[in-house]
Amino acid sequence: MSLARPARFLILLSCALGLPAAASAQAVHADDLRYPPLPKFEIPRPERVVLDNGLVVMLLEDHELPLVEVTAVIRAGGRLDPADKIGLAKLGAQVLRNGGSETLPGDQLDDWLDGRGAVIEANADGDVARAVLSSLTRDFPDSLRVFADVLRRPAFDAGKLEVARNQAIGFLSRQNDESEEVLFREFRKLVYGADSPYARTETYATLGAIRRDDLVAWHRQAFHPDRMVLGLVGDFRTGDALALLRAAFGDWPRGPQGALPEATWKQQASPGVYWAEKKDVTQSNIVLGHLGVRKDDPDYYALEILNNVLSGAFSSRLISHLRSQKGLAYTVFGQVGSDWDHPGMTLLFVATKTQTTGAAIQALLDDARAVQTTQPPTEEEVAKARQSLLNSFIFNADTPRRVMSQQLSLEVYGYPLDWLSRYRAGLEAVTPAQVREAAVRHLHPDDFSILVVGTSEGRDRPLTDFGKVTMVDMTMPARPARK
Amino acid sequence: MDRHRVSGSAIGLIGLMLWLATPAAGQDLASFERRTTEHKVANGWTFLIVERPGAPVFSFCTLADVGSAQEVTGITGLAHMFEHMAFKGTPNLGTRDWPGEQKALAAVEAAYQAWQSERMGKHPDPRKLESLLADFKAKQKEAAGFVVHDAFDDVLTREGGVGMNASTGADDTNFFYSLPSNKLELFAYLESERFFHPVFREFYEERDVVQEERRMSTESSGFGRLVEQFTIASFAAHPYQHPGIGYVSDLQSFTTTDAEAFFKTYYAPSNLVTVIVGNVHAAEVIPLLDKYFGRIPARPAPPPLRTVEPPQVAEKIVVLEDPAQPLYLEAYHKPANTDPDQPVYDAIDDILTGGRTSRLYRSLVRDKKIAVQTSSFSNFPGIKYPNLFAVFAVPAFGVPDEKVQAAIRDEIERMKREDVTAEELARFKARARARFLRLVRTNVVLAQRLADAQRLYGDWREMFRRLDRLDQVTPADIRRVANQMFQPANRTVAMIVNQAATASAKPSEKKP
Repeated sequence: MSLARPARFLILLSCALGLPAAASAQAVHADDLRYPPLPKFEIPRPERVVLDNGLVVMLLEDHELPLVEVTAVIRAGGRLDPADKIGLAKLGAQVLRNGGSETLPGDQLDDWLDGRGAVIEANADGDVARAVLSSLTRDFPDSLRVFADVLRRPAFDAGKLEVARNQAIGFLSRQNDESEEVLFREFRKLVYGADSPYARTETYATLGAIRRDDLVAWHRQAFHPDRMVLGLVGDFRTGDALALLRAAFGDWPRGPQGALPEATWKQQASPGVYWAEKKDVTQSNIVLGHLGVRKDDPDYYALEILNNVLSGAFSSRLISHLRSQKGLAYTVFGQVGSDWDHPGMTLLFVATKTQTTGAAIQALLDDARAVQTTQPPTEEEVAKARQSLLNSFIFNADTPRRVMSQQLSLEVYGYPLDWLSRYRAGLEAVTPAQVREAAVRHLHPDDFSILVVGTSEGRDRPLTDFGKVTMVDMTMPARPARK
Repeated sequence: MDRHRVSGSAIGLIGLMLWLATPAAGQDLASFERRTTEHKVANGWTFLIVERPGAPVFSFCTLADVGSAQEVTGITGLAHMFEHMAFKGTPNLGTRDWPGEQKALAAVEAAYQAWQSERMGKHPDPRKLESLLADFKAKQKEAAGFVVHDAFDDVLTREGGVGMNASTGADDTNFFYSLPSNKLELFAYLESERFFHPVFREFYEERDVVQEERRMSTESSGFGRLVEQFTIASFAAHPYQHPGIGYVSDLQSFTTTDAEAFFKTYYAPSNLVTVIVGNVHAAEVIPLLDKYFGRIPARPAPPPLRTVEPPQVAEKIVVLEDPAQPLYLEAYHKPANTDPDQPVYDAIDDILTGGRTSRLYRSLVRDKKIAVQTSSFSNFPGIKYPNLFAVFAVPAFGVPDEKVQAAIRDEIERMKREDVTAEELARFKARARARFLRLVRTNVVLAQRLADAQRLYGDWREMFRRLDRLDQVTPADIRRVANQMFQPANRTVAMIVNQAATASAKPSEKKP
């Protein structure tokens, strides 16, 4: 007994002083634990160099493994596709890669890369085209030259266009096979407007209309050194890599003067209830929402906290209510969405059995309304969300590749490169009142588009309980004849 | 192979010379071996610690050597169900009053068992069923009053944990997340706590969640439906035939009592491996491991699986008429991955479908344009027991499965008849080495790979030796193994047939 007392005193003392508990003390409850401060860590900042021709290059050395990765981001996304050739950027990026260059045609390029365990891939989403090279250190000088050659002088081989087109048509024919794909495709149309550059989708006709000349024109318009950003991460010395970059890209002339073409659009939201009928499912895929914000919105940090309150951890509102407590869903989440240079999508999503479709819609609507009215985010919720985001902050920069990926986005979309430290300060400054106001400003349950993909057989409530129902037409147009 | 030639400029040559003057800086894989420490806690739980400089974070994975292969009918889906329950807390985490909750949980289970035995009895009485069900629901509600919902995840998320998740496969169950490196003790506490005395609270609510998972992954997807039917058909005796997610009837009837028995049998400390990778020091980690994981008493190792899949003697064909577009799958039995020929199966896999230089891509996608995607797997659905080599193809629009099948068979027969070329084999080896380097970039993936090797071979070093074994594969090995494996009687074929899709897509006579 006499021995126990001093020991207990010591532990109490160390807690009172905020010191880590003695190593011998074994915690019974998580709250008994005390943590040492996180070791100081400088987030690595890539070296940023602008070549004479305007090419912005970012370099970040990482010598752990004998690998180098190069990412090129070009503002040549699908939102610039002509209306009758939707799918152009996507096919363009594929044929840029698969067709190889004038000096190293596609099939030979494939052999060359695979023989070295190197990879070049290219793709385009709505906003940008991306090309990535991954190479072993020892092949990097050669690989970089090949990469530059493909980006600057793609062959756009007509045969490879037919391969890519055939693949795109094959996947298009399957576009109604998976519920989630149907859900988000159709929801984008409701949020942005069916013809908007952020929602329109390719058809057999638009894919069929794309000619080799269109790919050449797409490349000629967008691929210029002063309209591209390159990021290098890996096992190189910055000075050496710069010399290689200058050799590979330095004599590439600047693009034409003038502003980049921009996608134009006018929001055409479609509030109401929509049903895409899919009979071969036992679940309803459900989404509710409307247009969101850009990442430079003044409420952005408050919204990050709000999103965390809605569906950050398992104990967040939506996950706890619909999944843990009601067992209604395996997947559920909700957020005020944000994007870099156009508004993102604000949405609440759940997949639930057909028999609880109505219950799940009601639960999401109730939570969306409550967070604005009867149950605004509490001080405790806000504190917890902030603590979670700040304690996990290091994971925004835990690997050199993650740092680079973020830096590339900041550079491409013209955001300050110290965005991450602003983000941290922003989160620290948010007050509960700001979170409440942001919820009122950015969530509009009365303007929700509610979309359900599934079958009506066995539903607990008619969808008309939630408003007038419009059927979504998912009919596939006839496919043009095979040549 | 073609050496690429670009018109050389003076600057380019200087760049290259500068390059060559710099010694290769990237570390080789051997350095990982030097930075790995093995530690076994007294109860038999094996730990590996890989010290990796960089950001002050670490990831870990705990691999339990138990998967759906340890299930028998009646409890299919239970390994996965336990995975979900491992996030529900302990007597110290997730309760307002443990003694009270413990009683309430016992009452829930008794009420459930009473309802279930009436329900499954020979002549269930509807009135009795109704009142038993009402009693069960009342007891559930009572127990729910004691619960601090999602307390386990709550602590972890608040302290900066990310990527918390788990997965259950045919062979094993894998738990993982990442934390800032100053929270090592939190990891040691939480991870030991949940495998020391997990509490199966909210079990029947969570069983509903798992049924939603089944509806999502299996029932509402053409691919999911095909894979389930294919897996069931391909094994005659071995439990690899059971869908890991479980059969509907089992998901609606296994109990907390079943789950507790399963946990006691298979979550013996000696059946677990945990790998920690990140900016940590083994010397600081090990005392924490002994302190927290050492609390758990040793238990006997689980019994081995007795059933061995008998040789297949008849080809099996599964035809699924489905609203989804056609998909094609064929698979052949092969030995467990501990077999010395596994590197040869990996070579066949890569040469058939790995990337744009592969045989199936070039034949089916590039030249014949009858498929939009081809892939293969040299170990389905697991690696621990004799498994399947599977080939998968997504037919192009309007192309019937038979055409895809014929083209796949041509390539398979060619592999049996002729040696692969030296270039193909060299490409396989180069790709495998580079792919391996890319995989181990991430802490959590490196942790999982090491855990896999430790579980399968009892020695994590096998992960690094694998590359050397791949280097030994010869063209003769490939022909020998291809001839052994690619036999009609050893095959299961599964396809989605969609008459409407193939008919409507028949080339029309009209020219565009």
